[in-house]
Amino acid sequence: MIYTRSSIYSPFSIRDKFFHLDYTLLFSILLLGIISIFAQFSSSGGEFDYFSKSHALRFCVFFIFFLAISFVNIRIWNDYSLLIFIFLIFLLIIVKFFGVQSQGSRRWINLFIFNLQPSELMKIGIILFLSNYYHKISSSDVNKFRYLIYPVIALLAPFMLVLTQPDLGTAILILVSGIVITWLGGVRWKIFAYLSGLLIILAPVGISFLKPYQKNRILTFLDPDADPLGAGYQIIQSKIAIGSGGLFGKGFLNGSQAYLNFLPEKHTDFIFTLYSEEFGFLGSAFMVFLYFLITSRIILIGNITRSIFAKLYCYGFATAFFIYVAVNMSMVLGLLPIVGAPLPILSYGGSSMLAMMFGLGIVMSCNVYKNNALG
Amino acid sequence: MLSFHSSNIISKTKTISRRMFLLSTIKAVVLVGIFGRLAALQINDSTKYRSLSDKNRFRETKIAPPRGIIEDYFGNEIASNNKIYQLHIVPDNTPDVDALFVRLKTIINLSNKKLFLLKKQISRKKSWDTTVISDNLTWSEFSRINLFLHELQGAQPIVSVARYYHDNTSAHAIGYVSEISPRDLRTKKYLQNLNIEGVAIGKTGLESTLDEEMLGSPGYLRYEVNAYGKKVKQVATEAGLKGKTFRTTLDRSVQKVSAEALQNVSGAVCVMDIYNGDIISMVSSPNFNPNSFVHGVDKKEWKTLTENINKPMLNKAVSGLYPPGSTIKILTALSALENDIINPKVLIQCKGYIDLHGERFHCWKKKGHGVLNMKGAIKRSCDVYFYEVARRLGIDRLAETAKKFGLGQKVLTNYKEEKSGTVPNTKWKLSQIGKNWYIGETLHSGIGQGYFLSTPIQLCLMTAQIANGGFKIKPRMLDDNNNKVNNLQEYLDYKKENPNDTGGEKARLDFNLEPLFRNQENINFVKDAMFAASNEPGGTSYVSRHNDKKFKFAGKTGSSQIKRFTSEQREAETKQNEITYLERDHAWFVAFAPVEDPKYAISVLVEHGGSGSSAAAPVAKKIIKKVIERHETRTTQANQQIGQDT
Repeated sequence: MIYTRSSIYSPFSIRDKFFHLDYTLLFSILLLGIISIFAQFSSSGGEFDYFSKSHALRFCVFFIFFLAISFVNIRIWNDYSLLIFIFLIFLLIIVKFFGVQSQGSRRWINLFIFNLQPSELMKIGIILFLSNYYHKISSSDVNKFRYLIYPVIALLAPFMLVLTQPDLGTAILILVSGIVITWLGGVRWKIFAYLSGLLIILAPVGISFLKPYQKNRILTFLDPDADPLGAGYQIIQSKIAIGSGGLFGKGFLNGSQAYLNFLPEKHTDFIFTLYSEEFGFLGSAFMVFLYFLITSRIILIGNITRSIFAKLYCYGFATAFFIYVAVNMSMVLGLLPIVGAPLPILSYGGSSMLAMMFGLGIVMSCNVYKNNALG
Repeated sequence: MLSFHSSNIISKTKTISRRMFLLSTIKAVVLVGIFGRLAALQINDSTKYRSLSDKNRFRETKIAPPRGIIEDYFGNEIASNNKIYQLHIVPDNTPDVDALFVRLKTIINLSNKKLFLLKKQISRKKSWDTTVISDNLTWSEFSRINLFLHELQGAQPIVSVARYYHDNTSAHAIGYVSEISPRDLRTKKYLQNLNIEGVAIGKTGLESTLDEEMLGSPGYLRYEVNAYGKKVKQVATEAGLKGKTFRTTLDRSVQKVSAEALQNVSGAVCVMDIYNGDIISMVSSPNFNPNSFVHGVDKKEWKTLTENINKPMLNKAVSGLYPPGSTIKILTALSALENDIINPKVLIQCKGYIDLHGERFHCWKKKGHGVLNMKGAIKRSCDVYFYEVARRLGIDRLAETAKKFGLGQKVLTNYKEEKSGTVPNTKWKLSQIGKNWYIGETLHSGIGQGYFLSTPIQLCLMTAQIANGGFKIKPRMLDDNNNKVNNLQEYLDYKKENPNDTGGEKARLDFNLEPLFRNQENINFVKDAMFAASNEPGGTSYVSRHNDKKFKFAGKTGSSQIKRFTSEQREAETKQNEITYLERDHAWFVAFAPVEDPKYAISVLVEHGGSGSSAAAPVAKKIIKKVIERHETRTTQANQQIGQDT
């Protein structure tokens, strides 16, 4: 088939699209998904219960969804990014008023089939929107005040909406991934320096707005042994689980810490701990490598795409994806406070998985339509 | 436009790529950090975390080990372990604890007070912990519980073992077990590992001294728990090690006869093998039911036991201290003969009293015994004769002989409660009372009054050591694998073949014995006098003699004064049974049997029995018969044991 570089909607056949998929990335995701099904199975005590079943089902559904997104022309995503962003902001506002409340926070919309967590989708939405924004504006305008207002609003609006749910972890992740795009987009160091300065000044004020349990988490992180049965319990038990895994691990379904309920949140935030306890250092190292491979592949795709939008999106998503992984792992390894950040794909959670597969799908779309400059 | 556009793209791409490179570097650093942390936790500190994880996982409960058994010489169990039926509940397993109790009350005997205490106990514990509702159910209660078990969710009928004593006769010799007290935990180090619900420890007697060896080592029940401490599954069970079984030298059937002989009086009996020192019988009366203590004695029963003036809880055989009374005359005579103080043929006149050093000393017989030689004085237990012997002998020489024969020191090693008694001498009085010795006190000591204090077991040992020809023996309560105690039997065999050898030297050097005499003729003289006292008319225990040659014994009576008679009482010839019980004399009788070929020694004490001849000697008569009847069985048993060992 012959197509020109300027052709906007390349008349790709399905076969061609399959040919242009990045199979290293695809199989890495597939492998991660399979591992995640096993991990959830183990987390349920070696049974196909509600958690493990729905996780497996979701992965299958969302993997197909991922392939579908891959085949959608990159232009569509570029064109509709603002709309998606506004739609997500709208959903966050709906959550504010009609959201489902659970354990003191309002994060979900009841869609009857499942509860949707728009803040998870916003992780992708903010990247899409800002990539599109910096794709559109001229490089000379980037640091002009007028052009800085939109990104600041686009960053602060979802941040504040998510923070007040309250969900500090997700809010920070949204903010950070947004900031990464603005920085990649060319905003000067100086501006970041000013903002950091302002943040440091405002930090004490911000801390006074934190909920007591959030303050506690930070204090606990600083000294987890101070109250081993209270707030420090999660960090200590997680470290015990990982450490006791040793080099080779305790074996599949033999993670005593998880099995005997010493591990909190073992389906979600602490799934890596469970995996690490059962498969040891070798298994954990392989897992870290797999995530490294995925982010590297995404950056590579970013390198070879022609459009600024695709580049920014890939780099931004790769960085965000890496941050999610790093934050979650550092958290369970006791390097960061417990903020409630799931591990992409491995953790149980429909919205999180949906967001990740959606994000990865767009990356794949960038690869399939890598020659589209979106001029 | 196009050139601007492309230059715009190029400059943007440049910035993006440069900055992305920087980000990738940061990413690499973070990755190295995560790897490092993983390695630190899972490789460097993995042992530490593994042990922490196991500590999380496993809990251990100790299982009470079965206690060692105490047997008599023939292997009959005196203290054994019995199956007991208990009821435990785990509040977690029952939907409604209160309803369970209401139902239980209709099935077993459960007082409101007990119920209140149980509820308090449950509220203090975790909901998955076991609480013992009743630790000793009757069989009918137990079977009823099993019948209604489907209605009693959360209740667990348990079959366990506990100490069981077959009868009360050996209650003092064996002792009893009871629950561990906080004080026991502080003072007894070996309990540290054994503080388990259901473990009872020895409180008195052999149970107390052999406690550590009889307890055994606890078993373990290792199980996995979840984060909430709830049992998930049992991982391992290790049965405990049963405690050591001990064979005593006691004879249960003799114990029974001894206890029966003392049934209605307060007193003690000791029977000893005069050659190897085996304690055949040791009984104290009144006794108590040691089984009452196993599950904790109830207050009312404890109160009756402690308030009884006859002190049922006291092991009078080893811890009862009484003046030896006239039984000491054997030693007074022996000491005088050994020290060449007096010729046994010396005649002394007894007028019923003697005036010495300006004080009048009375004989127990107001009218006096008339003229007596030493044998006659022992036979008829004349006080006046022995006042004179004691006067010539002096307290220090008498004390030396008394100590040599075992008075004033503990006889056995198995009783913490054993008392050593007192053998007074001049030095003792000076150091203990701080006063000089008076000659009058020597005279009182010569007939076993005054400061002299002894236990029944001491007088039994004294008699045994005279009966065996004057050789030291080591009394024992435990038969430790038939270890040969001494060569006394071999020496006696040798003597039968060489009747002319009288020297104690030979026995000491060739047979490694310890003769307690200077001249064995003196021992024989005393034995002869004791024979006369029991078997010749006019002897103090002539009334209680056995006519059958097989059972004939030789003995000495004694009465130890509690309170001196007033002159009015003496004039009125007041009888013992006319004065108040607590002021009556203690009655003693010591003897050995059979006279032809002595084998056993016995001591009998009857508290406030009046006189030895009327109260103590008849008791001894019954027991001696039984002991000698059992002799053959015992010898067979001993030979069997030796046969087994070789």
